[in-house]
Amino acid sequence: MSNAKPKVAFYWCSSCGGCEESIVDLAEDILKVVAAVDIVFWPVALDFKKKDVEAMPDGSIAVSFINGAVRLSEQEEMVKLLRRKSQLVVAHGACSHLGGIPGLGNFWNKETIFRRAYHTTPSTQNPDKIVPLEKTVLDGKELTLPRFFDTVYALNQVIDVDYYLPGCAPPRDLILSAVGAILEGKLPAKGAVLSPNKSLCDDCDRNDSKPEKLVIKEIKRPWEIMLDPEKCFLAQGVICMGPATRTGCNERCIEANMPCRGCFGPTDQVHDQGAKFLSALASILDTNDEKEIDKIVQSISDPAGTFYRFSLPTSILQRRRMEAIK
Amino acid sequence: MVNLTIDGKKVQIEEGKTILQAAAKCEIKIPTLCYHPVVEAYGACRVCMVEVTVRGKTDLVTACNTKVQEGLDVQTGSERVLKARRLNVEMLMARAPAAEPVQELAKALGIEKTRFEIKDPQEKCILCGLCVRACETIVGASAISFIERGTERKVMPPFGEPSEACIGCTACAYFCPTGAITYEDKYGRKVIHTELHLGPTTAIRVPIRQAVPMVPLIDTEACIHFKTGECKVCTKVCDREAINHDMQDETLEVEVGTIILASGFKPFDAKRIPAYGYGHFPNVITALEFERLVNASGPTGGKIKLADGTEPKAVGIIHCVGSRDENYNEYCSRVCCMYSLKFAHLIKEKTSADVYDFYIDMRCFGKGYEEFYHRLLHEGTKFIRGRVSDITDMAMTQREEGKLIIRVEDTLLGTVRRIPVDMVILATGLEPSIDHNQLAKIFNISCSQDTFFLERHPKLAPVSTFSDGIYLAGACQAPRDIPDTVAQAGGAAAEALALADKGTFALEPVTAEIDEDLCAGCQLCVNLCPFTAITYDKEKGISVVNDALCKGCGTCVAACPSGASHQKHFRDSQIFAEIEGIFVV
Repeated sequence: MSNAKPKVAFYWCSSCGGCEESIVDLAEDILKVVAAVDIVFWPVALDFKKKDVEAMPDGSIAVSFINGAVRLSEQEEMVKLLRRKSQLVVAHGACSHLGGIPGLGNFWNKETIFRRAYHTTPSTQNPDKIVPLEKTVLDGKELTLPRFFDTVYALNQVIDVDYYLPGCAPPRDLILSAVGAILEGKLPAKGAVLSPNKSLCDDCDRNDSKPEKLVIKEIKRPWEIMLDPEKCFLAQGVICMGPATRTGCNERCIEANMPCRGCFGPTDQVHDQGAKFLSALASILDTNDEKEIDKIVQSISDPAGTFYRFSLPTSILQRRRMEAIK
Repeated sequence: MVNLTIDGKKVQIEEGKTILQAAAKCEIKIPTLCYHPVVEAYGACRVCMVEVTVRGKTDLVTACNTKVQEGLDVQTGSERVLKARRLNVEMLMARAPAAEPVQELAKALGIEKTRFEIKDPQEKCILCGLCVRACETIVGASAISFIERGTERKVMPPFGEPSEACIGCTACAYFCPTGAITYEDKYGRKVIHTELHLGPTTAIRVPIRQAVPMVPLIDTEACIHFKTGECKVCTKVCDREAINHDMQDETLEVEVGTIILASGFKPFDAKRIPAYGYGHFPNVITALEFERLVNASGPTGGKIKLADGTEPKAVGIIHCVGSRDENYNEYCSRVCCMYSLKFAHLIKEKTSADVYDFYIDMRCFGKGYEEFYHRLLHEGTKFIRGRVSDITDMAMTQREEGKLIIRVEDTLLGTVRRIPVDMVILATGLEPSIDHNQLAKIFNISCSQDTFFLERHPKLAPVSTFSDGIYLAGACQAPRDIPDTVAQAGGAAAEALALADKGTFALEPVTAEIDEDLCAGCQLCVNLCPFTAITYDKEKGISVVNDALCKGCGTCVAACPSGASHQKHFRDSQIFAEIEGIFVV
């Protein structure tokens, strides 16, 4: 096997498909990847089945890139299978890295999510109150569906993960350099996030525009003001997660005059991105008056979704307490 | 020097001086009207006529603006002089019959009646133009001038309308020799107590009799020189040449090892409580104003008087104004109870007025204070326990007519009372004198909730701060009275000396550290640091902690969004390990 090209697998769990797109977005560079490796499993693009993977010897896949959070029993089964068959597992993208946007489902549980999705949304018409069941008997035949967990998991909460490619979705250059590093065997220590361990401000062009005293009196949402394309968002009163977010994304959002939403997750030394940013934000509010502080904080629309947009499952909180959900 | 003779007296005087000045030197009085030492003489009124003889030639000249000459012989009272002066005064009498100085001059010259026609018996202006010259050359405003010609000539602002050029300095009225110019407050304000010490005064003055150092200051807001660039009359009259209008505030840099902060307090601004009517009712005054009023060197010589100059028959003293009040300051200002008692005592001593003391709690905590309170009880001061709701002049009964009515809930009687008084003294509380938050930032120290400076430990280090070498004395740390301040200041001085003597101090081991490799230079920490220990290194693009200034408070550690700042011995990993340790057991 020594002359054979290394085998690579791609798999998607609970994700939007953007991470798959990020592979396709490599454009002509994907040919270099294809030339260097043998893709043995890629459900979105190639017709391999689970049984094909099962048939492979354990550890025969050099690296599996898995995107998406783990939300269903099927996903759990598949990632465990891939872990067994792979030498390396890379969590590809924010959802598998941190839990991602699907991870915000951890403010609810299966029951409340189903109630909302199948009964109470204004666009739902479900007079028979049909909900997906794990087992259904139809015409005497039993049909099964995967189990829907109460909690969304990041990949490393289900299986052992070797590396993390951050981002929603990971940028092209990070993917290429990760693939390159794997092929050349120039890998950092296990568990590393394959992006620089500094916050976004380090690379942000707007960092120099920060006023001498950065303070916030009023919090604005991006649509509420004309955003100055050169000024630090925080200095404009707009929440930018940049200070609490790992860099490496090439400031894609900032370049588009939108504040950072935090998809790269925290730096290595931070345990909880949301809490850390809250602590930083609280410290730049320009008042000591409790009522005024309250007013400013109240003006943050959807604080949990703002500060934990990508990282709730891997935060210290992980999820809302089940008994608190009705 | 020039030698001359005046009325037979030999005088020697510097060249360039006038005959009038030479006469003054040998104490010969020449009458004047339009002359003022600080305004250049013009010789308009011509009552200072003297007869001069030089080199055999005799002539009549005005003394005020004729320069001395060598060998000049001056006659100030010769028949020719008196004749001319009488004629001039007679003409002035006809011009300004109501001008008292002219009448006096006429009397002195033996004139009973003018031979000339009197146009306006009420006229006072002699058209000397001193006011016009003062307004132009002293004030620099040129707001008034002569208008019309001949018999119609008069002094007016342009077109006889109030002029925008007029700065309201009233110098014209001051210089007018005949009182022809008067001024009035266009708002019709009457003298109220606040003005007794803060109201009309001169722009150059010694602030109070007890001022240290005892030297005058120039109020640049009020000084005409700083408004128009002219005047400088004070420099003309100060023969010590001690007045310098060009002095500037100086910033001095002094290198020191220890610092004692004693920035003191300012009284609570009573205007912040509109219900007490301070600034509206002239007889509602603050404690400091009352203090000034009873001061023997004060505006009334220590007599307690109402705004209209009469003595009050009833006085109310309201405690806790701006103190112990959720709306203003929650803390007790400590000194007000005792000074209020002193006031009550002084009023009883100096007048026969009834004194009402409105208090929440009597806080007579010091040595001899309780005894003083008891003395007041025996003296007959009426103590009413309750916070005053408001002060009004709306009388409901005959008895309240023309009085200030204090409305208060008497909590001991359990009823709302209306107490009519003539004067109300507001016992205003104490507040930090200047912006303490800003000052704290400069000195790397902290403020407590009430914005007074925070001591390192309320019991064990009451004069120290969190910055080594910086100590606190007096009311900047908390409201306190004189004995406490003196004691604390002594403590602070001793601490400062002890440290200065030792020359070194030990640094805090638990400080924050910013990891160069992790810091992204977001600068959020820089302004947070209460000790200004963090600076932003623009070149490296990172924030740096100064170990000597850092006190290890951990603010930056909590705020650092990228986790680059950590506190020695309190790293996240250590804290998490501690938490895990708790759950293991």
